[in-house]
Amino acid sequence: MNRKKLVVIGAGMASGRALEHLFAAEPHGWDVTLFNAEPRGNYNRIMLSPVLSGEKAFPEIVTHDDAWYEEHGVTCRFGEKVTKIDRAEKTVSGEEGEPVAYDKLLVATGSNPFIIPLPGHDLDGVIAYRDLEDTNAMIDAAAAPGSKAVVIGGGLLGLEAAAGLKLRGMDVTVVHLMGHLMERQLDEAAGYLLRKALLDRGIKVMCSANSKQIIGVDGKVKALMLEDGTELPCDILVMAVGIRPNTGLAAEAGLATGRGIHVDDHMLTSDPDVLAVGECVEHNGAVFGLVAPLYDQAKVVAQTLIGETAHFVPKEVSTKLKVTGCDLFSAGDFEAGEDREDIVFRDPGRGVYKRLILKDNRIIGAVMYGDTADSSWFFGLMKDEQDISEMRETLIFGPAYQGGEPLDPMAAVAALPADAEICGCNGVSKGDIVAAIEGGALDLAAVRAKTKASGSCGTCTGLVEQVLGVTLGDDFVIPAAQSICGCTEHSHEDVRRLIKSQELKSQAAVWQELGWKSKDGCHVCRPAINYYLLADWPLEYRDDPQSRFINERKHANIQKDGTFSVVPRMFGGMTTSDELRAIADAADKYNVPTIHVTGGQRIDLLGVKGEDLPAIWADLNRAGMVSGHAYSKGLRTVKTCVGKEHCRFGTQDSSGLGIKLEQKLWGAWSPHKFKLAVSGCPRNCAEATCKDLGVVCVDSGYQIGVGGAAGMDLRETDALAQVPTEAEAIDVTVAFYQLYRENAKYLDRPYKWIAKVGLDWVKKRVIDDLENRKALIERFELSQTIYQKDPWAEHASERADAYQPLASLNLQAAE
Amino acid sequence: MTTWIDIGALDDIPNRGARVVKTALGCVAIFRTGEDQVFALQDRCPHKGGPLSEGIVHGASVTCPLHNWVFSLETGLAQGPDEGSVPTYPTRIEQGRILLDAAQLANRSAA
Repeated sequence: MNRKKLVVIGAGMASGRALEHLFAAEPHGWDVTLFNAEPRGNYNRIMLSPVLSGEKAFPEIVTHDDAWYEEHGVTCRFGEKVTKIDRAEKTVSGEEGEPVAYDKLLVATGSNPFIIPLPGHDLDGVIAYRDLEDTNAMIDAAAAPGSKAVVIGGGLLGLEAAAGLKLRGMDVTVVHLMGHLMERQLDEAAGYLLRKALLDRGIKVMCSANSKQIIGVDGKVKALMLEDGTELPCDILVMAVGIRPNTGLAAEAGLATGRGIHVDDHMLTSDPDVLAVGECVEHNGAVFGLVAPLYDQAKVVAQTLIGETAHFVPKEVSTKLKVTGCDLFSAGDFEAGEDREDIVFRDPGRGVYKRLILKDNRIIGAVMYGDTADSSWFFGLMKDEQDISEMRETLIFGPAYQGGEPLDPMAAVAALPADAEICGCNGVSKGDIVAAIEGGALDLAAVRAKTKASGSCGTCTGLVEQVLGVTLGDDFVIPAAQSICGCTEHSHEDVRRLIKSQELKSQAAVWQELGWKSKDGCHVCRPAINYYLLADWPLEYRDDPQSRFINERKHANIQKDGTFSVVPRMFGGMTTSDELRAIADAADKYNVPTIHVTGGQRIDLLGVKGEDLPAIWADLNRAGMVSGHAYSKGLRTVKTCVGKEHCRFGTQDSSGLGIKLEQKLWGAWSPHKFKLAVSGCPRNCAEATCKDLGVVCVDSGYQIGVGGAAGMDLRETDALAQVPTEAEAIDVTVAFYQLYRENAKYLDRPYKWIAKVGLDWVKKRVIDDLENRKALIERFELSQTIYQKDPWAEHASERADAYQPLASLNLQAAE
Repeated sequence: MTTWIDIGALDDIPNRGARVVKTALGCVAIFRTGEDQVFALQDRCPHKGGPLSEGIVHGASVTCPLHNWVFSLETGLAQGPDEGSVPTYPTRIEQGRILLDAAQLANRSAA
């Protein structure tokens, strides 16, 4: 029998599977020549991760050995690159030897790892993670004691590389551009749990981290530098940021290519004698990176070759991460589409998150972390497009659901060890409280009397009640504390405390660990959580503009007609003729209809169009002015009188102190707005005694009062302290502001907060305990290194586009 | 009849945010949810005319920045105790680009 000649370019998993099908169907029908650039035959590339981690050896993952190729009469040209496809002559040329003639050609050139063209990407020690050579390079690098690796890319491949290198004993840091890991497969909540699991095993993870350049010494990689200047030392740098179909050879041969080599349903390219398979192809606009569809393609290739009609139909694919101990599953498309519903299940105690995405009563996507036992059942329902309306109520619990265990809101408290501190003010542990309960203290008042727990600031009240509930079971009914909103059972106080004690540093962490009932919060809880996180973790957490009310997102006050007001800062209420001229010019240039002098001693330009904001800010910036934050839950103004420099009654330099205070405090966020004033004498022209904090200067020093109000409530300040020097007045002010920032409930002005914790509690921390005062000031200054930046300058230079319409449509053109 | 018009890239809209498209018949707010779904609604709250594009996006809902009315991005209906609705327009995403059905927009606005 005259054997047909088949040339295959690339001995990867897809072409290997195609050959298996072909030889099964026509064992003696083909004369195959197999080129492979790698100096070996087909192996299970997916299992390189266990080889890297040392859980498997290379021979264990070889799919086709020499004997197999010999048995099927395959001429192997391994280690030889193909240089040319001549479709007119129907030959393929390798680097060595004569051109090989073909009747049919199968292109399986796979994909190339994408290397980010960062400065230094060609240094020795910068490697991709694609083949055995890369894997061996990583294993070699890990052999040196104390060696460090940086992995760029927090996707499937990058994380497997990171986990493998860590198991080999390296110090590993993963640098990921996006906000959470594996963003293509996972949503934020699952990404958060994955990150936590990796951190637990000692892998450092940096998300939202933009690489700037790779630093080398003597041609060898030494460190990765990020955009923010952070330098991560490393001995190897693994780039695992994605793959690109390898189409070079096919394109040179004149085959139709796009992102990949174009193939039809029969896996035929634009040349009917040339087929293509695997990661190099593009089918109906899609390219492929996971193995399941490639195997389907391989089957079609074999059938097409033997003359049968077969069609490749892409199926749903699922993803699992091959990192021992990280149970993770993702399937379907949850990125885009309409009319979708979510079913979400969280078990913070066990670190479990499950989410099903439904459309028309069918599962179209699933994300699971921590417990993936039911994933194949869900995946089956999804692939079969089964109507799940009948079992919708219990669907998320899986096939074995028999009543299930309800989510226990007190699980977190129950799981706390006995020595966990419940009441920070009085140093009372969970064990102390349990002992008191067992000793007969059966309600909150009794526990408080016996242990002092929750007797001071009171923010742990909810927690003490939960310990009572856990200890007494049904005998104790927890009084309903007012929850933040419908998304959670927790009160503001509980959430603030838990963010600190459980070190929750992202919104996804809060939603997951505290069992949020909604997927991503609501307009009530999101701004509060965003504030709590940035106040408690200024370095780790990044402010989320999308969780802010419009005024704080756009750094201007929205007016009832949708225009905005613009208020530049005037430190201490002082201004100059140049500033006034710049304000007047801006008002003319942007047709500002209304100019108003505010109660905070500055000028408000009302009626500015949203699109004009970046431009007017840039103009005001040029005149040396910054945002007045007249829109923020943060530091507003320090109102002053002119003081002893001019006034015949003035006792101190009140405007000077006001300017110093404002310069120190501006830019900071707080639970609610914060207004100050400094009056130069007890005549109090600056009205300091109705401010959140007011200083009244006297001959002997500075009287500081707090908790005033002149809004819906009218309230005079209470005396916090009198201090002899200006420096101490500034210190006390900063410490008080920081205490308020760290402890108050979102949207409580200081007077409301003080009413809850008591002025004595505040005095103890800000006035009496000098160590604590110092620590508060240090924490405030740390936060200011991040937040004391003019948002106007930043937005005008970097985000100006966002203030413009996305598009302007001319409807006539559309019709 | 549908007329899909490319109005911009998905990445031009912040996650859980919105941008505005100007049309001869008023502004249309284009929302992007946390899940990268895209919805188009008239950028005007039926209560006091608030710009919905400036609201906080949560789940598949938006909260009006003026008086906290909450609307479903899918149906345009006010949620909870408030009553009212906002016109919605079909959108599609193709290869990371957002397409808006301009014919539909013209029909509904004219109606």
